[in-house]
Amino acid sequence: MHLRPKSLDEAMAFLSEERAVVMAGGTDLYPAFVDRPPPARILDITAISGLRGIVREADHWRIGGATTWTDIARASLPPAFHALKAAAREIGSLQIQNRATIAGNLCNASPAADSVPPLLALDASVELASASGTRTLPLADFIKGNRRTEKRPDELLTAVLIPGIAEQARSVFLKLGARRYLVISIVMVAANILRTADGRIAHARVAVGSASAVATRLANLEAALASAPAHTPAGSVVAEAHLAPLAPIDDVRASGAYRRDAALTLVRRALAEADGDA
Amino acid sequence: MLDAAPATAFTLNGEPVRVPADPAARLTRILRDELGLTGTKVGCDAGDCGACTILVDSDTACACLTPLAQVEGAALTTVEGLATDPIGRRLQSAFLAAGAAQCGICTPGMLIAATALLRANAAPSESEIADALGGVLCRCTGYRKIIDAVADAAADTTVSTPSPQAGRAVGARIARLDGREKVEGRDFFGADAIPPDALWLKVIRSPFPRARFTFGDFDAFLASHPGLVRIFTAADVPGRNLHGVIPPFADQPVFAEREARFRGEAVAMVAGTRAAIDRLDANAFPVAWQGQPSVQTMDAALAPDAPRLHANRPGNILTRGRVARGEADAALATADVTVSGSFETGFVEHAYIEPEAGFARRVGDRIEVTACTQSPYMDRDDLALVIGLPPESVRIVPTAVGGGFGSKLDLSVQPYIAIAAWHLNRPAALVYSRPESISTTTKRHPARMSVTVGATRDGKLTALRFAGDFNTGAYASWGPTVANRVPVHASGPYLVPNYRAETRAVHTNLVPAGAFRGFGVPQAAIAVEQLYDALADKLGVDALEFRILNALTATDPTVTGQVLGAGVGFRACLESLRAPRAKARAAAAAFNRSADGPRRRGVGVAGMWYGCGNTSLPNPSTMRIGLKRDGRFALHQGAVDIGQGSNTVIPQIAADAIGVPLAVIDRVSADTDLSPDCGKTSASRQTFVTGRATQLAGQAIRALILRQANAGPAAAIEPGDGRVLIRDGDVVRSLDLATLPLDSHGYVLAAEETFDPPTAPLDADGQGIPYAVYGFGAHMAEVEVDTELGTVRVLHITAAHDVGRAINPTLVEGQIEGGVAQGLGMALMEEFLPGRGENLHDYLIPTIGDVPPITSILVEDPSPVGPMGAKGIGEQALIPTAPAILNAIADATGIRINRTPATPDRIRAALLAGHP
Repeated sequence: MHLRPKSLDEAMAFLSEERAVVMAGGTDLYPAFVDRPPPARILDITAISGLRGIVREADHWRIGGATTWTDIARASLPPAFHALKAAAREIGSLQIQNRATIAGNLCNASPAADSVPPLLALDASVELASASGTRTLPLADFIKGNRRTEKRPDELLTAVLIPGIAEQARSVFLKLGARRYLVISIVMVAANILRTADGRIAHARVAVGSASAVATRLANLEAALASAPAHTPAGSVVAEAHLAPLAPIDDVRASGAYRRDAALTLVRRALAEADGDA
Repeated sequence: MLDAAPATAFTLNGEPVRVPADPAARLTRILRDELGLTGTKVGCDAGDCGACTILVDSDTACACLTPLAQVEGAALTTVEGLATDPIGRRLQSAFLAAGAAQCGICTPGMLIAATALLRANAAPSESEIADALGGVLCRCTGYRKIIDAVADAAADTTVSTPSPQAGRAVGARIARLDGREKVEGRDFFGADAIPPDALWLKVIRSPFPRARFTFGDFDAFLASHPGLVRIFTAADVPGRNLHGVIPPFADQPVFAEREARFRGEAVAMVAGTRAAIDRLDANAFPVAWQGQPSVQTMDAALAPDAPRLHANRPGNILTRGRVARGEADAALATADVTVSGSFETGFVEHAYIEPEAGFARRVGDRIEVTACTQSPYMDRDDLALVIGLPPESVRIVPTAVGGGFGSKLDLSVQPYIAIAAWHLNRPAALVYSRPESISTTTKRHPARMSVTVGATRDGKLTALRFAGDFNTGAYASWGPTVANRVPVHASGPYLVPNYRAETRAVHTNLVPAGAFRGFGVPQAAIAVEQLYDALADKLGVDALEFRILNALTATDPTVTGQVLGAGVGFRACLESLRAPRAKARAAAAAFNRSADGPRRRGVGVAGMWYGCGNTSLPNPSTMRIGLKRDGRFALHQGAVDIGQGSNTVIPQIAADAIGVPLAVIDRVSADTDLSPDCGKTSASRQTFVTGRATQLAGQAIRALILRQANAGPAAAIEPGDGRVLIRDGDVVRSLDLATLPLDSHGYVLAAEETFDPPTAPLDADGQGIPYAVYGFGAHMAEVEVDTELGTVRVLHITAAHDVGRAINPTLVEGQIEGGVAQGLGMALMEEFLPGRGENLHDYLIPTIGDVPPITSILVEDPSPVGPMGAKGIGEQALIPTAPAILNAIADATGIRINRTPATPDRIRAALLAGHP
């Protein structure tokens, strides 16, 4: 059964009664059923009105859950979103980006999801809606582990909310893969840095993906950047110890040791690039 | 509303359609099965290959990931709709003219992605073209001609070569003769012609590398699964439950009988309606598995107490190969300089974009199999044994082949569809899923090689010793060929007076390794060509000049003692690299001087040779050419075109051999009921062997026609409508074809000629004449290594190949560029890990952004045996790429990578170990 409601209320009412696999672009769901029968019941959220699009509200940006990566890549957004837009162009192929959605990428909760480090660097939250109400969770709390999230079966991820702060930050996304296109990341890094007029770092966000079960911000590095003397090159602040939150694993793409080593290089490069040294 | 919609309405190629079907169905299914548009191909069902790319309104989408429901109200464009679109039509012509389609399986997806690009951007840059096409994988072309074609279409600068006049076909850059179907999505591949009344099959496979098994209650299973018709096991094989490409080594059961020997081995099969097979969960099949101790590495297989895979193969050794000449040990002991090294390579997957597919039908007491294959007559003979029929009672109808590269030489779907159709007396179809294709069909052999090379102080090679173990997996497949071919080739095309190469093909409980573009020679080249660089370094001589100094000539004996006498263009290939290499080295040095960052550039070269055809075994092709009543010629082109171009090259040879315009030649397919045996498409033999048979047949029918007119050998033949004019000087005779009797094949005149390359058996030391013709070549790679990340960007490949005579230079370049792309993948990213990478996102092949510009240099040192001097090029093109890249990495960084692929983590680890 393929259900494709037109309104959010319909969808939530249905989920409050019955279980279904929630699908948006289908680009993660269909590959999971190559050699197996598909799920018996799919709730398709792509026809729900109001779930797609990006709007600036009073103090934050709202990206509808069914917004595609192509929508994001084509949107006119402040400099702080540069990493997110760059990540949007690295998620699968153009064919994937044209259909895959931000809600799908977050709910799929892959450790290698390219969108998560840039969204962490933007202090993103997710809005979860159900028949019993709406709640908002920081993205860092929403994704709990490899393929695990806080979303209840009766909930939909209706929007990603991004606070309207540090919108002029320099924003960089670096992805390391074993080939140029259509590649699952070995490691990726997002960094958003805003300096004051006198050269101090007023706002620093650095997040690393594919090097732990959930992409993570490097809080100690961010603190070190914020307390660095004015005009200190951001890349020079990075120390190996700042990568302590990472727990990279060995897999078909790379060894854990390599991931840690590469993450250090990419963090340094991302920060240097944010300073304008490409 | 929450109810499933009864029908979905959308516009398809400009026409409104309503499809009453499951709204969750993949759009690929709807387009192909419900609407009959099979131009949209299925390569993975996972968004990894892009073969199913279509336009949904103005944006590309993978139809395999798009549910029918989501295109309600949308305007869809598939490849079938491009002919009425000005941009689409321009792209189709450009792809055809540029040689951008080889096998053609990715072509529809490429064309659609390019259409979306050109609609949005009329003059894209190369990087914009790559960005737009990055989601479509191609395994044949190396992408360069695709980029050219899109640029040509954008600029509307496509130039089509006119069909050549008499005597001008060979050497002409004509578009492939089967190309129009490919760019229009009309070519039928294995999954494209399945009849609607076919039953579908699902093969039940072992989840363990080694397992015993017992079946449960089949009747209860069938009764509880409506739509399933029958279950088949080994007991249902009508003939011999065994197949194998080399008859004396045939060892692979169609269905395992007591024990499965690799993960993915078939034990049973279910037949049913397509819907029932779709619904079937293979995990519910009534079978109980008992996993057994297995050997999954060569070390484990070679251990004294290892379980034996095959009772008659002690030590798990399938075969050994050996070539010895002179006194290798003594010469190495006294050599002025020696170097040694150990090298290891992994499983490499063919990753053609077309998974194996086909259907069979029973016609009385015959069985007809329509499937993708590289080897119709071998399929026929092996299937005859499986079904228990005389070979003539099996008909193989090859479809277009969406890439083969060696793996489609072996049977895959064929025994299953044939057995089911035989018993059920209904068409039976099987289309492998991508995981099924990767986990069960043959791979390139992983190799472990130890090599020592010695030279005199002045740089002359004196000796080489090579020992290699090749992991052949659970069944023989082409393991014996690899074990025998490697010792003949491991020296490379150099004069090595003292030589000993020994190989073993070792069984393990892994997927069988078989034929893959080069039969083990690429692995050996990775070892030996790197050591030649190390030796040159140690001698303090230039790596290219070292190779030129030692290059085999026409008068030198090979390591098997063969003196080729003529057609040895290796030195010319190397010399052609001198100038480009000097330039490349200067550029790299300038970059390294100016760059203070982590990026280092380097330049590497490597040489190759490759014997065309079977090693010291009979290897004939038979070509029939008939003159038809209408004045046209029927060419029985039995050399299966797997994208390499035999459907074009063989007619070119035929046209010039007969002396008529190419346009009067009609192809008859490789159907075994229609055409004589042209052998298998492998070992770079079709242009050479079938080409030579074609030349002979063309000359023979020319002679027959001239004899009818009593004309001299120089007379011109001018085919017309129902007659042939023979112009001999001033005398013109007309042959009225309507008055001449027809032979049993319906021809007015016909010639059939067989060519078998002159070879001679190898003795116990491997001395003899293994091949009548070798192809030669050398590649130069320019790379940039990011030493902090261990990543490698290949900047440029220059590829020089002695092809004897380029029958069609565009197609030769296509083979070179495609071979380079596969060699690049093998060097840098490709390794199949059984059980872990059975898809095209964990198993990585190069994308359009990974293959650099490729400069092909065609050297034509004619072979005295090949047609018009031609030699093979298919495998030659891949062999030197990986060692050239690895040598370039060493040049850039000083680090030698002895384990391929040279992934970023391996390179970085080597750099850290080398520079603590």
